[in-house]
Amino acid sequence: MTRLAVRLAGVTKDFGPVQAVRGIDLELHPGEIVAFLGPNGAGKTTTIDLVLGLSRPTSGTVEVLGLEPRRAIARGLVSAVMQTGGLLKDLTVRETVAYTASLFADTRPVDEVLERAGITGLADRKVAKCSGGEQQRLRFAMALLPDPALLLLDEPTTGMDVEGRRAFWNAIRADAGAGRTVLFATHYLEEADQYADRIVLISKGRIAADGSGPQIRALASGRTVRASVPGVDRRVTAAVAALGGVDHVDVRGESVTIHAKDSDAVARYLLTETAARDVEITAQGIEEAFLSLTGETA
Amino acid sequence: MSTTTSTVDPTTRRVPPMGGFNPTVLGIELRRMLRNRRTIVFTLVFPAAMLLAFGGQSGWEEKVGSGNVAAYILASMALYGAALTAAAGGSMVALERSLGWSRQLRLTPLLPVVYILMKALVALVMGALAIAAVNVVGAVQGKAEMPTHVWIECAVVTLFCTLTFAALGVFVGYVVPGENAMQILGPGLALLSFLGGVFIPLDDYAEVVRQIAYWTPMYGVAEIARWPLTHELPWYAVLNAVAWFVLFVAGAAWRMSRDTARV
Repeated sequence: MTRLAVRLAGVTKDFGPVQAVRGIDLELHPGEIVAFLGPNGAGKTTTIDLVLGLSRPTSGTVEVLGLEPRRAIARGLVSAVMQTGGLLKDLTVRETVAYTASLFADTRPVDEVLERAGITGLADRKVAKCSGGEQQRLRFAMALLPDPALLLLDEPTTGMDVEGRRAFWNAIRADAGAGRTVLFATHYLEEADQYADRIVLISKGRIAADGSGPQIRALASGRTVRASVPGVDRRVTAAVAALGGVDHVDVRGESVTIHAKDSDAVARYLLTETAARDVEITAQGIEEAFLSLTGETA
Repeated sequence: MSTTTSTVDPTTRRVPPMGGFNPTVLGIELRRMLRNRRTIVFTLVFPAAMLLAFGGQSGWEEKVGSGNVAAYILASMALYGAALTAAAGGSMVALERSLGWSRQLRLTPLLPVVYILMKALVALVMGALAIAAVNVVGAVQGKAEMPTHVWIECAVVTLFCTLTFAALGVFVGYVVPGENAMQILGPGLALLSFLGGVFIPLDDYAEVVRQIAYWTPMYGVAEIARWPLTHELPWYAVLNAVAWFVLFVAGAAWRMSRDTARV
């Protein structure tokens, strides 16, 4: 029997009047390395908190390896490397790891995780004296202790220099061979593309796209064509959608928004075969890609 | 996409016994406390110095209950030292929360109630050290006189009275975030000790001040801590101690539960 590493079904999360997560369905399979890509405030951290059982969804179901999140945590099946904080400055690196290790029923040896995180040489250093990158590798060592089936990383390389970033990802990469599922949040497309098998685009609390690195890059590299098309109907939208390189067609009244790699072909079709006017072509960054994909206007 | 099935079989995983309670954490927590110079000054040096300063005043050899005035001062100073230590320990709970350590611990099987329990145990051990320090200095000074069983009874009763101040520490730690809690608790407890008759007997105060003192949080526990020696324990002192304990625990629990909304 294969259990899903993570299953989110119809998950929403409100903080008072603010809807941080507006309905996410997501399944992660064992062994996948998945990037959660989105701008700040997209709901990445909120979703990760839900998977970790740090907060409860307003509605919907969250399951980790077929268990309720807190039960998965209690069994050491899930661990996480959080963005900042979460360390006691007056402990040494080894004490921090030993402290954490003592809380689990079964753990890897302290020396082994120090080695795998590449911080054996820092074992007796006070946490306060470690650089940001070193502290992040310490958090990674702590996360490795229970030999988790699922590892969550929330913007793990924020504030690291290029070298620290590379060392951190090398450690993660070296470790991922064991069939561990890894889900990491980032707002760098490059980082997602480089280290993930699969990228889940999240925007305004919803999944905007889900695919491999090249697929997502194509979305971000395309253009948006907007036009007013009087009398637009199914026939027109079907014809536009059938054009090469069209990813997405959105119709609101007479206003049509088309996302496509070959925007010229779309414009040519609209101007020659329909009554389109006010045709507008814009190149878009990843943020705009999110917006057009979620059907929200900026 | 990698399709390797996970090497981890969730059904073989165990939950730690006792919610994560274990001696390793207790050991590391104690080491932390003992490494902290400020804690050592508060816990071991300051109360002992206070004893040397107050304990030698004239009339120390006068009889009180089953001992003498020096023994009375010794029991009071032990309470003061232990209360200060427990409050410092309690305020660390809030500090660790503000540092995100509590959130980090939520990623482990450790139950929040077990965390508080272990913190309380460490606070008790540190309180015991403070009491021991004052008692050793008192014994060396050689002025305090009371039967051995009274020494022990006073120490044990004092230890449990310090739980009130551990709860106060947690409460103040939440209200005053960061490392400033002790800046409030240190002078605050000294003031309360003066008011509650820990440093100076209430009989030496004016009537008005004494009437106020009966309502302050140090009064009740001080009477209880010295009870094995004095054999005097007014009912309102017990009521005072219980009421303040309940109030501080409720305050700490209230602030903590509000804070847990965003772990």
